[in-house]
Amino acid sequence: MKREPIYGIIAEFDSAQALVDAAKRTHRAGYSKIDAYSPFPIEGLAEEIGFHHDEVPLVVLIGGIIGGLTGYLMQYWMSAVDYPLNIGGKPPHSWPAFIIITFEMTILFAGIFAVFGMLALNGLPMPYHPVFNVPRFSSASKDRFFLIVFSSDLKYNHNATRDFLQGLNPRSLSEVPS
Amino acid sequence: MDEQYKMTVDAQRAPVIEPGHTFGTVTEKISAIVLTRPASNGWFLGFGVAFMMTMMMLYAIGYLFLKGVGIWGVTIPIGWGFAIVNFVWWIGIGHAGTLISAILLLLRQSWRNSINRFAEAMTLFAVACAGIFPGIHVGRPWLAYWLFPYPSTMGVWPQFRSPLMWDVFAVSTYATISALFWFIGLVPDLATLRDRATHPAARIIYGALSLGWRGSARHWHRYETMYLLLAGLATPLVLSVHTVVSFDFAVGIVPGWHTTIFPPYFVAGAIYSGFAMVLMLAIPIRKIYGLEDFITERHLQNSAKVMLATGLIVAYGYGIEAFMGWYSGDRYDAFTLWNRLHGPYMGAYWALLICNIFIPQVLWIRRLRTSPVALFFVSGVILVGMWLERFIIVVVSLHRDFLTSSWGMYYPTRWDWMTYIGTIGMFLAAMFLFLRLLPAISIFEMRTLLPEAEVKAE
Repeated sequence: MKREPIYGIIAEFDSAQALVDAAKRTHRAGYSKIDAYSPFPIEGLAEEIGFHHDEVPLVVLIGGIIGGLTGYLMQYWMSAVDYPLNIGGKPPHSWPAFIIITFEMTILFAGIFAVFGMLALNGLPMPYHPVFNVPRFSSASKDRFFLIVFSSDLKYNHNATRDFLQGLNPRSLSEVPS
Repeated sequence: MDEQYKMTVDAQRAPVIEPGHTFGTVTEKISAIVLTRPASNGWFLGFGVAFMMTMMMLYAIGYLFLKGVGIWGVTIPIGWGFAIVNFVWWIGIGHAGTLISAILLLLRQSWRNSINRFAEAMTLFAVACAGIFPGIHVGRPWLAYWLFPYPSTMGVWPQFRSPLMWDVFAVSTYATISALFWFIGLVPDLATLRDRATHPAARIIYGALSLGWRGSARHWHRYETMYLLLAGLATPLVLSVHTVVSFDFAVGIVPGWHTTIFPPYFVAGAIYSGFAMVLMLAIPIRKIYGLEDFITERHLQNSAKVMLATGLIVAYGYGIEAFMGWYSGDRYDAFTLWNRLHGPYMGAYWALLICNIFIPQVLWIRRLRTSPVALFFVSGVILVGMWLERFIIVVVSLHRDFLTSSWGMYYPTRWDWMTYIGTIGMFLAAMFLFLRLLPAISIFEMRTLLPEAEVKAE
């Protein structure tokens, strides 16, 4: 497989509005392997670059179900199957008393799945990433907004893509070495 | 809401951020506290004192491990004493952090954005202080792990029908979720620090902690979904934690404990004391670090209003306890009320009423609600009052129950006080370190509050 010499072309913008508009135009121009970077979450930006399936809620639901079942079955098995003890004449399987720990375990597992699921889906932790090679990119965590077209995009053509991004009036334009 | 009306209301209110800030100034101002501002003598003094108090706590605990719980004032009939009083007090303080970060997020109260970070840190440190007490209270603390269900050679399992077991799960879940919530909220700001730091060690440490966060739109989308879901999970969790703590008492049959008002009244009391602690921390922090632009009069006012509301719920709880003491016709309940008002600990009960019910009513006055000095004072009074409340519930209920022959008195020893004051030191020492090492205000959430963050759809 032929390896592209560069990772992509990245354009820098001054405002959130400019980034959203640029992302929209780039996506409509037929580029699909693009990404946008901003110092804070911008509502609707992910949709503009063609991201529609957020799997985090499903992961959290699965975590919650696993946690709830673990919590309840653990208590049931320990109190009613493995070592039933008669305490105050209460039945070994005293389900109302088991609800609280079941609830806590549901929250615990769902919360852990939420955080680590989000990180896994985002591919984090990832200490190295090609965009960090762009010196100006350090402002992406402060007050600048970036849009990248990856060289793996089918429509990617070095000069044409460069000209297209230049047409979006960015503050600066850089090549991202891979 | 009518747009015109909304604008009038907003104009009358103090802003959440003072006007004139940009993404750059917000970033610089908050990250400068960590990155460029040298530690002042005041910081070293404060941290030094807090650190010495922490050492005192460790000394007291070390001696406890050597000698056993006999060095404390606990005896039969008062087997719970300071350890449980302090446990409930600390865990209650933690609740305001979760309320601010989770419940106010779900309610779209954007003013929370400038106080949620250090309120969450406060939660974490308060839960850490709380967690010490049950651990050292069990008598043989090196066996405290018996609380967890693990396959032991004894073959037995914990008693899941006991509220004390529920408490183990509730508090450990709460500590875990609070830590996750706090850390994951920090990640984008750690990336900001990574990009701003100049010292190589700082770049590496913040870089590693930021997990390589780069602010991709896809990442932000999943992040926000996760954050919202975590807030949704933390909301019932925080309400459940103090409910379960109240079950430790309410499920027992001791007069003064056995009452159904406990769960809501404990939760309200927790938030009451937690907001008092938030204000006691926020007022000096905003002054010393010049953060009045971000923690504005609006934040102080809103916190004061929450305290006023939860304080009234707490007052209602006291009222119902007193009413049921009379109305139930139960002689032991009636005696508990009499004993609180006229017994040997009557001073504590009257002080509680003054601290928690009478003095906080000054918050109805707008001028005092907006005065940092007055709020600081009232918050201190509330924290004392809420500590007294737990003292009344634990000690005064236990010291005279059904049989006069088994009545007794509880006198805390110097070890009790050293451990308690020591945890305050540990809490403050952790806060001092937090202020210097991590951004005390969420930078990225502050950016979203700026007018330039708004994006118009086409």
